[in-house]
Amino acid sequence: MASTTDKHNEAPSGAHKEAPVSARLGIWTFLATELLLFGGLFTAYAQFRGMYPELFHLQHLKLSRPLGALNTVVLLTSSLTMAVAIGAVRRARQKTMNLCLMLTLALAGVFLVIKYIEWSHDFAEGIFPKTNIFWGLYFVMTGLHGLHVVGGMAVLAALIVLARKDRINAEHSAPVEVFGLYWHFVDLIWIYLFPLLYLIG
Amino acid sequence: MSNEAVAAHAHHEDYLAHKGFRSWALTLDHKRIGVMYLFTTLFFFLTGGVLALLLRLKLLTPGPALFTDHTYNVLFTMHGVMMIFLFIIPAIPSSLGNFFIPLLIGARDVAFPRLNLLSYYVFLAGIVVTIGSLVSPMDTGWTFYTPYSARTGAAITTLTLGLFLVGMSSVLTGLNFIVTIHTLRAPGMSWYRMPLFIWAMYATSVIQVLSTPVIAITLLLLAAERLFGVGFFDPAKGGDPLLFQHFFWFYSHPVVYVMILPAMGIISEVIPVFARKPIFGYRAIAYSALAIAFIGFLVWGHHMFVSGMSTTAGVIFSFLTFFVAVPTGVKIFNWIATLYRGSIALDSPMLWALAFIFLFIIGGLTGLFLGALAVDVHVHDTYFLVAHFHYTMMGGTVMGLFAGLHYWYPKISGKMLNERLAKIAWCLIVPGFNITFFPMFILGVQGMPRRWAEYPEKYQGLNTLATVGSWILAAGIIIMFVNFWRSLHRGATAPANPWQGNTLEWQISSPPPEENFEVIPTIHEWPYNYGTDRRAHDGEHHRQA
Ligand code: HEM
Ligand SMILES: [Cu+2]
Repeated sequence: MASTTDKHNEAPSGAHKEAPVSARLGIWTFLATELLLFGGLFTAYAQFRGMYPELFHLQHLKLSRPLGALNTVVLLTSSLTMAVAIGAVRRARQKTMNLCLMLTLALAGVFLVIKYIEWSHDFAEGIFPKTNIFWGLYFVMTGLHGLHVVGGMAVLAALIVLARKDRINAEHSAPVEVFGLYWHFVDLIWIYLFPLLYLIG
Repeated sequence: MSNEAVAAHAHHEDYLAHKGFRSWALTLDHKRIGVMYLFTTLFFFLTGGVLALLLRLKLLTPGPALFTDHTYNVLFTMHGVMMIFLFIIPAIPSSLGNFFIPLLIGARDVAFPRLNLLSYYVFLAGIVVTIGSLVSPMDTGWTFYTPYSARTGAAITTLTLGLFLVGMSSVLTGLNFIVTIHTLRAPGMSWYRMPLFIWAMYATSVIQVLSTPVIAITLLLLAAERLFGVGFFDPAKGGDPLLFQHFFWFYSHPVVYVMILPAMGIISEVIPVFARKPIFGYRAIAYSALAIAFIGFLVWGHHMFVSGMSTTAGVIFSFLTFFVAVPTGVKIFNWIATLYRGSIALDSPMLWALAFIFLFIIGGLTGLFLGALAVDVHVHDTYFLVAHFHYTMMGGTVMGLFAGLHYWYPKISGKMLNERLAKIAWCLIVPGFNITFFPMFILGVQGMPRRWAEYPEKYQGLNTLATVGSWILAAGIIIMFVNFWRSLHRGATAPANPWQGNTLEWQISSPPPEENFEVIPTIHEWPYNYGTDRRAHDGEHHRQA
């Protein structure tokens, strides 16, 4: 998803400062598919919430709101550092960009650690995906979201390596810009998951 | 097209020049990737075909013979899964689409060549996993409805993973095509100067990109159901099996158009060339592709008339289903109008195109029967349905694919096919097809249910006829493939433009040079200006920049 136009397809006039149209169009299309992927889960959520309102209410009380809220803050912050990284690469501030990418990676790690704590707590209490539909949804939704965070971390690590080798710079910023959109998307999904699961259950 | 440009390419290396495994396995050339897809998907067409022959052989006689009912279930599941997911969905888009989209829009490659290669390997991985799972006896049919599929002992989880990968590959390909068509058209190629194959592929890609994620999440949920015991689709656990069916058909109905639209695109290219007439109703054909894509998303419920859905919903879905017939009818009307008073050349691509129109009309009309709520409840899950979908998928898409293969064979391979062998194959396949599948309509109306390994005596005559038909069909297909293979070695060298086509791929040598175009052409008009009076102007159509 972070790939860019291959060299031999670019107009001979060459260097462009902004991510090429193709890269932007590509990532937006990709995000549309991601939206539909999660859309299926949201549909299932709506369906089952409609079927079992009391169950959802009772079960959601068992989730830790403080941890959920903390994670929301962590992820939002990582979105911010990502945005700063993009601003930096456009203005050729190589160092700031590097720093921000690493911060984003670290925050993503923190997010997963908190999720891990929540999940292991649930398991210790004897709560599993098969406990009932609410928990099934909870684990599948947060699990799929978590996988997206893991995938994002892998790409972030790759970006950091590329930046070291000066393969990402003001002339060639598309990978960072495109990844930024993905990361905001992952953030956005969480912003829906948090209230649906933790707050209004 | 000026002859100098052809000459200029003559000493340029063609895309097949490099030999060796690495030059294929690591290639970023859309043409080579297209060829790899072609071989892969055709392989599954043949394998799935052998399974089909076994199924038919079993049905030759009513009683127990050959293998058990369970084996029959396993075989038709394998046949269905291979034909649908490994052959017909990827066949035209990934092979001919990959090969010809950049050529037809005057680009050097697709927008993301690396992604293109990646999606081929994702496809391969998906195949390996899918086949791996099929080895364990799979008996759910290709629709793997829950709750059965959530409980059966077969390797459904592995299968879902495999299909998930195949789907991902198809999303990546669709995405690549959308971006390619938006950003890499040659100067002067406005949307209304695009060849109709491109319009079709564009609409197809949109469907692929928008519907595949829904099946992806469905498969993931099914996997979660089996692995972790969540019960989304299992009524015993408070889940809702209808949810699965809605998800499944929200994908699978639009996907029917992923199967058919590319074939329609091919037909729209072949007909004007061999009728030597401008295509009739260019814009109507182009828009109807988009309309089919759009309406295709609204009609999934017609697969669920007997599933316990509300009657109101049933009526709405039934109505919407009739609606899809409109753009389809528009296309057929336009092709026939193009043929009307054309100077028709009955070369093999044209013969396949005619077969397509004929068989697809039958498939489409019987689809209307199925779409009509009342009738469907009667023939639902009978052989009527089996006949219908084979007429649309095999009579439609596969004939379209054959048209495309015969039309573009010289371009892809640099060799001409043997026309005589091609025609012999046609003369076996088209009647063979009808002898195989037409009796099934009658069997369906008489009430023979699908997916039966044994049947009452009274259905024997027609079943035996169908099985004999499948042998004729198979003989024709063998001859066709022998022709493909033989011509690679013994075929006459193909000229750049054997059919006097106006689209861009014919303006470069056969097989095309590695970078497609020495100079990216500038487009001045649409590609369908055929006819005697136009010939004098031929040189002006795609003048070089
Ligand atoms: C070579 C000619 C073919 C023959 C003789 C043939 C024959 C059959 C037979 C006998 C069945 C089982 C019907 C039943 O018991 O319900 C079947 C099912 C099916 N076929 Fe074919 N077929 C052929 C080609 C194709 C092609 C080209 C496609 C698609 C591209 C296809 C797609 C399917 C599907 C989706 C099923 C349903 C499997 C299921 O019920 O799960 N077939 N075919
Ligand atoms: Cu349908």
